[in-house]
Amino acid sequence: MSTGLSIVSYLGATILFILCLGGLSNQETSRRGNVYGIIGMTIAVLATVLGPRVGAAGLPWIIGAMVVGGAIGLYAARVVQMTQMPELVALMHSLVGLAACLVGYASYVDTSIDFVGAEKAIHEIEIYVGILIGAVTFSGSVIAFGKLSGKIGGKPMLLPGRHLMNLAGLLIILYFGRDFLNAATISEGMRSLIVMTIVSLAFGMHMVMAIGGADMPVVVSMLNSYSGWAAAATGFMLGNDLLIVTGALVGSSGAILSYIMCSAMNRNFLSVIAGGFGSDGGAPKKPAGDGASPAGEVTPISVTETAELLREAKSVIIVPGYGMAVAQAQHAVYEITSLLRERGVNVRFGIHPVAGRMPGHMNVLLAEAKVPYDIVFEMDELNGDFPDTDVAIVIGANDIVNPAAQEDPGSPIAGMPVLEVWKAKTSIMMKRSMASGYAGVDNPLFYKENNRMLFGDAKKMLDEVHVALSQS
Amino acid sequence: MSLSIGVPREVFPEEKRVATVPDVVEKLVKLGFKVLIESGAGEQSNFSDDAYRAAGAEILGDAASLWASSDVVFKVRGPVAEEVGLLREGGTLISFIWPAQNPELMRRLAARKATVLAIDCLPRQLSRAQKMDALTSTAGISGYRAVIEAANAFGRFFNGKITAAGKVPPAKIFIAGAGVAGLEAIGTAANMGAIVRANDTRAEVADQVKSLGGEFVRVDYEEEGSGGGGYAKVMSEGFQQAQREMYAKQSKESDIIITTALIPGKPAPKLITAEMVRSMKPGSVIVDMAGEQGGNCELTEPGQAVVKHGVTIIGYTDLPSRLARQSSMLYANNLLHLAEELCKTKDGQIDVNMKDDAIRGLTVIKEGDVTWPPPPLKLPVPPAKSAAAPVPVAPKTSGHGKGEPMSVRGVSILFAVAALSFWLIGAYAPSAFLGHLTVFVLACFVGYMVVWNVTPSLHTPLMSVTNAVSSIITIGALVQIAPPLAEGVSRPDGIIRLLAILAVALATINMFGGFAVTRRMLEMFRK
Repeated sequence: MSTGLSIVSYLGATILFILCLGGLSNQETSRRGNVYGIIGMTIAVLATVLGPRVGAAGLPWIIGAMVVGGAIGLYAARVVQMTQMPELVALMHSLVGLAACLVGYASYVDTSIDFVGAEKAIHEIEIYVGILIGAVTFSGSVIAFGKLSGKIGGKPMLLPGRHLMNLAGLLIILYFGRDFLNAATISEGMRSLIVMTIVSLAFGMHMVMAIGGADMPVVVSMLNSYSGWAAAATGFMLGNDLLIVTGALVGSSGAILSYIMCSAMNRNFLSVIAGGFGSDGGAPKKPAGDGASPAGEVTPISVTETAELLREAKSVIIVPGYGMAVAQAQHAVYEITSLLRERGVNVRFGIHPVAGRMPGHMNVLLAEAKVPYDIVFEMDELNGDFPDTDVAIVIGANDIVNPAAQEDPGSPIAGMPVLEVWKAKTSIMMKRSMASGYAGVDNPLFYKENNRMLFGDAKKMLDEVHVALSQS
Repeated sequence: MSLSIGVPREVFPEEKRVATVPDVVEKLVKLGFKVLIESGAGEQSNFSDDAYRAAGAEILGDAASLWASSDVVFKVRGPVAEEVGLLREGGTLISFIWPAQNPELMRRLAARKATVLAIDCLPRQLSRAQKMDALTSTAGISGYRAVIEAANAFGRFFNGKITAAGKVPPAKIFIAGAGVAGLEAIGTAANMGAIVRANDTRAEVADQVKSLGGEFVRVDYEEEGSGGGGYAKVMSEGFQQAQREMYAKQSKESDIIITTALIPGKPAPKLITAEMVRSMKPGSVIVDMAGEQGGNCELTEPGQAVVKHGVTIIGYTDLPSRLARQSSMLYANNLLHLAEELCKTKDGQIDVNMKDDAIRGLTVIKEGDVTWPPPPLKLPVPPAKSAAAPVPVAPKTSGHGKGEPMSVRGVSILFAVAALSFWLIGAYAPSAFLGHLTVFVLACFVGYMVVWNVTPSLHTPLMSVTNAVSSIITIGALVQIAPPLAEGVSRPDGIIRLLAILAVALATINMFGGFAVTRRMLEMFRK
């Protein structure tokens, strides 16, 4: 394949990737979008392998590596459970990061590429930055994976002087960067490169360790973004426009997702990355002012009474949270939903942007349970409908339905947009215990007079409610 | 030794209610109490002695022995003088008392060293007290009964219909005061098919009126009429003038007027003047539910139904008693909830805990000491304001774009910084790099435009697909494996190949895994 052909193939692949991301904008076109992505990737890989930059000697190696990688990838995609999607995505980000590092090292030791002057400096900066981003992505994603899969505790780990440590890391990276550019030989530069890699790895780990469970949607989308920038940096390094474009697409997509997640929590990006919820003033502080700390009686409700309420309701809104994912209760939710819908009840789902551990997590779980997507709504779409709703059921969510965000300006989550379930005629909160949510803020919703608490494991309780409902 | 609860027959003339019903007796027995009922106590509400006996109560033949053997007495109406005499020294009485209106009764009860819980003194603002709120349950029944009385006196259908014999217009009902009783009346009348209009000085009840099928009539004057504890307050002169005009207009138009306006501790406001009554159509009906406090209509005769100027004016003061069975059941339940609060240990003992806000409010006499009125409750400020204020109307844009564009200043700073950095790059960087930079920056913009429109429900598939797409990094590794080398150029082939192959394998996991899992996810999304 000639150089010209491979360039137009790359162009075609670029367009297909753009169409792919664009196709994801709504459900009707999303499957087609995915197909565009697959075609684009196939074209890109074939054009490269058959193109002028790959000699015939490499083919067996390439095929071997791709068969092994492809088999692992397909296997993982097949066995992963939908509740584990955040873990899988985090793990995959780490692979991209690692690959970027490897390509960076390979490019550095490659003596066949010989630049001089400014071009050499820029090439070396590209390598340096590429490996830096790759390493941060890699270690950060590995830690995120560990946190999401529960292998590492979800609590933010806050080392003393962590901002200073980060700053020191940055200075070390800058110092060795200068060293690296001035290095006369490859082995000399290699030392700086390795030191920088280790510091970057530590930096990535430290950054994600300091972020707690509920901020994970931000972290996952941020790492998504990094993996794109890593690819773009590699593109600069190798002078490959396809890599640059694709990396930039992925990078900006991830950045936008992070932004959306942050605004859904009413926090700015830096404070999330700087770690620890409410850590600005040390530990989550008690809400200031009198009348702020909620008091009153919590009204528990039994399964039978819940079924009773649902039977008499005309409209129901279900608000799922991470607890539903943990309890794997999405199928039980679907059973109840379909039963109620058969009886003419208007059942809808209200999804908070940061419900769960990654953007859109709840939507995927509900989709898995075959809940039709046209009854699943965003927060803004149905927040105004709660006053006309008979029953609002909150399944394993807490902070995203906390009225303190609106009512108590002293609350650490004040100003965060929340689902106004307390405006429904009755709200039912399904929870395992009275423990406060991730933000460590007590939830005044528990004490509202129209709120009922259904204590117990979400799946078990929902199954029992379903039985009680179908018996009548 | 468990305490005994006694329920005497009500002696007030025409009082048909009873303070407990057989269903509740069972529950009181479960709480550990012994329940004594005076023979015939429930007769007027259709609860026979046998029914009580079956529920576990003991029936006593006469009032004297009942009062003598009861530690706690449940009653509906406040006791009359003879009954106070029968009350055991140091005994406990739970009933309606109205301490403000009945100082004499209070004095006598105190003299008996009694403990008295006045169910009418319940702090209604406490949400947990609502289950004990007999005023609310009684008012609801009155509202319902008022409509029934009106229907009885009114010579026409409530609902409009077109029959073979001709067209019947629907009855027009105006309800003054949308408290518990008023709202119940609105709901009942609307259900019967009448056209219902209602007014209240508290503007916040407009939605409740609408929710029950009524139409809220506003007084053309700006003033908020919400007093404490869910009652209305006395309004200014200007407001009253505007209100009178509105009432005059409604009187002319309506077939039935039901008035429920009460201000605590004050005579009922005179809303309907004799003039207005004269302006009504013959055969119209006024039900004045404020009869006991003098009535909302000038022509009301408390306790009576009279016809004046062709309008039937009903001033019954015993509306709850006219629905005795229902009233007794609800009142009995209110008292049961109170008993549960008093007897948290479920051992048939009562503890009048003065630290409990609800109990404190109810207790008007404690062991002979008058404890009424109670200190004001420390209640949280109702969040009426905050509930309304912080609900931002989200600007409806497609996707997630910010509602407002940046300020001019912000934009200029941004452009200045961008121009400066572009100039620096352009001045020093080699042209090959600039080409890549152009591509990079434009691609960022394209990505930004494309991704803003993604619906939030697809965020997870978006992430997994971008993840798959970022495996494009494999291209970088591919070109390193075995590039055609120029003559005389060598490179450390082994190490590069190893690194590159590893990178290809890793990225391929992503490529295949990412696309496959995205496909799997998208398959699940269906209508």
